[in-house]
Amino acid sequence: MVALPNAVSRYLPKLPFPFSAPTVPSGVEVPAGKARSGPDYDTEWARRYPARVARAALVEAVARPAVQALARPQLHGLDRLDPLVEAGRPVIFAANHHSHVDTPLLSCSVPEPWRHRLFVAAAADYFFRTRVTSVLSALVIGAIPIDRSRVSRRSADRAADLIDGGWSMLIFPEGGRSPDGWGQPFRGGAAYLALRCGVPVVPVHLEGTGRILRKGRKLPTPATARVTFGHPLTPVPGDDARRFGATLERAVAALADEATTDWWQARRRAHAGETPALTGPAAPAWRRAWALGDPDRRRTRQRRRWPAN
Amino acid sequence: MPRPGFVLDVDRSTPPILFHHGESLRLERLPAGRTRVLYPGEPIEPLDDPEGAIRAALDNPLGDSEPLRALLRPGMKLTICFDDISLPLPPMRRPDIRQRVIEAVLDRAAEAGVDDVHIVAALALHRRMTEAELRHAVGDRVYDAFAPHGLLYNHDAEDPDNLAFLGTTPHGEEVEINKRAAESDLIVYVNINLVSMDGGHKSTATGLASYRSLRHHHNVSTMRRSTSFMDRHSSELHSSNWRMGKVIRDAGVKIFQIETTLNNDCFGTSGPMAVLQKREWEWSARDRASFVAMRAGLDRMPSKAKRKIFQAWLAPYGLTSVQAGEVEAVHEVTVENVYRQQLVEVEGQTDILTMGLPYICPYNVNSVMNPILVMCLGLGYFFNMYRGRPLVREGGVVIMSHPTPWEFHPVHHPSYIDFFEQVLADTTDPVEIEARYEKQFAEDEWYRHLYRTSYAYHGVHPFYMWYWGCHGLAHAGKVIIVGGDPRSVRRLGFTAASTLQDALAMAEDVVGRDATITHLHNPPFVMADVK
Repeated sequence: MVALPNAVSRYLPKLPFPFSAPTVPSGVEVPAGKARSGPDYDTEWARRYPARVARAALVEAVARPAVQALARPQLHGLDRLDPLVEAGRPVIFAANHHSHVDTPLLSCSVPEPWRHRLFVAAAADYFFRTRVTSVLSALVIGAIPIDRSRVSRRSADRAADLIDGGWSMLIFPEGGRSPDGWGQPFRGGAAYLALRCGVPVVPVHLEGTGRILRKGRKLPTPATARVTFGHPLTPVPGDDARRFGATLERAVAALADEATTDWWQARRRAHAGETPALTGPAAPAWRRAWALGDPDRRRTRQRRRWPAN
Repeated sequence: MPRPGFVLDVDRSTPPILFHHGESLRLERLPAGRTRVLYPGEPIEPLDDPEGAIRAALDNPLGDSEPLRALLRPGMKLTICFDDISLPLPPMRRPDIRQRVIEAVLDRAAEAGVDDVHIVAALALHRRMTEAELRHAVGDRVYDAFAPHGLLYNHDAEDPDNLAFLGTTPHGEEVEINKRAAESDLIVYVNINLVSMDGGHKSTATGLASYRSLRHHHNVSTMRRSTSFMDRHSSELHSSNWRMGKVIRDAGVKIFQIETTLNNDCFGTSGPMAVLQKREWEWSARDRASFVAMRAGLDRMPSKAKRKIFQAWLAPYGLTSVQAGEVEAVHEVTVENVYRQQLVEVEGQTDILTMGLPYICPYNVNSVMNPILVMCLGLGYFFNMYRGRPLVREGGVVIMSHPTPWEFHPVHHPSYIDFFEQVLADTTDPVEIEARYEKQFAEDEWYRHLYRTSYAYHGVHPFYMWYWGCHGLAHAGKVIIVGGDPRSVRRLGFTAASTLQDALAMAEDVVGRDATITHLHNPPFVMADVK
């Protein structure tokens, strides 16, 4: 739903200057002012009460019925969050990423007390590309811009400030939607912020959203989605961002295994170090596609994961 | 930190560039790869305490001059002269810097017990200033204290009883200035140096002079040898004024010169006009919306309404420096301060020089920009905004954008009408015009009467405007006016073009294909230092 402005703007005729934003001559530096889009866009306004009320209304009145209609979500593992509910601390929700449906799905699935005090780390080059998408992203999903083209202290500082201020974060550590149905290696942002802010990370696995609206498709197809919440992970002494990030990736992979098989098998494989990687087989593209099965099939049963036992 | 001016090489990513077009605005796309745009610097920070700076300047004079306090004594004759309505452009918001300086000077005079004070608008052959204009320049306090007693007035260059002949320069130039000023114990000249051409000895030797004196440097020969007016050391106009300044000094006239410089803040940083001094690629959505609305509104308005709106604009100029003391020492520092704001280094000349002419020039404040003033603003002022060499090469093409209406202010510019109808219909050659017509207009009793009693520019003034552009006229191979009234443009001897693209195509006939183009993005003010 956040992709709508981009999709719409793509089909609008390009108006000439001054009816549209000017282009910048090469070699000219534009002074940093108050950014109206992009990585430096200030989303502070989206965390004030009027915007929060509007967002809560949108989530409950628009996103939830839409998600119910499209994804018929099945939630698993919510009981694993009970200790955190009692503590009332902010957390970081880190999920794999297949589709634009993932964000509204999680916005509706994340339980209270985090649901309405949640911000989303969103790609600045996509969700904050124009002024209109910036406003919509900040308002509708409570997004903050994350510069994924380079390591940005400003993006990290902004997220850390919000976490320190009691806000929970939803982040997709893969950095973007899956291009082929398989996962991508996790980036270190979620782990770094958990270490920096001293907050737990909740691994989340999403299954089935790729069938609803995978990358490259414009119209959604109803299917069933499964959301599995894992045990919160807390960095242990000696952890650094890289090591904790790997732990997080393994935890999500174990949840994927659990979703595909069952909890017991998944635990056994996890302890044996045999959990299938989210990124799929290191094989040619056709074999990776073959291993996924038919992504467009409208099915509700679990997909076979590689390597299948 | 304000950014200095710079030269932009136009490429395919360069948005259309703003051209002033009289009382309207245009966006023009300039050819990529062979065009550069000369952008003015952003307004430099104004002084935090202008009044303190003025007091400091009066107490710490430059050059061979005592502080103002030491020059004032009871029983002396003091004449304070100030620049007229032609400065600054657009007129500045209250309090005008002249008011601040004059009040500071009068404070010192009152402290010293000076009783005999006259305040004179040094307007040479310009039109007299109205009461409202005088009040705006010197402030209500000064006006109400002096004008009712006849002690604040406009200089009259045609009053034989109030002119004093001071002598002749070695070049035979007669020096005749305002008698009251010449016979004063001290002249305090309050100057606004909007561009580097202003100030120095030109203040007194021109501002307080008569036609008898002015004709020695306001002529075709001197103007053609002024390359440019903005560079004193290469300007014959200034050399002549400096020689006259020496005559004035040698005649025992003591001048305490106060020069001020302003920043480039013509249109402000907020409000509807702010967009006009921003670089196009930095226009925000609000800037673009206000520009679109402004342009649409202006395109639909009658010219009188547009003129009224623009002429009502008062610039929020900030004072960047004030210096006082001996004329030449003061002027050297002043010019450096002007250059600090306006000078931009440019590498080499260009084949085609383009410029968007705005709604105002020094001679149409609260008035009409007639075709002669269009020529003067383009070829006289904008063309001369250089140091070193002209921006356009000899034989190159000058393209100006202005509606150039066949329209004159009947009160302010009566002799202009006859000049346009009679003289230019006959010839546009400055030398021939000077030889055949100047004396007749200069000595015409009716024009003289209107200059002295109404608000008319002197009869000879349109000639000076034509001479002002004669260096540019001789230098350029062709002059094209975009969007101008074809009849007016032809009368001026120029070529009319409907669009800039047409004008560039016409220019090819003179400078060939793929000629280089330079656009002077002015106003705010920018001056090219051509290497």
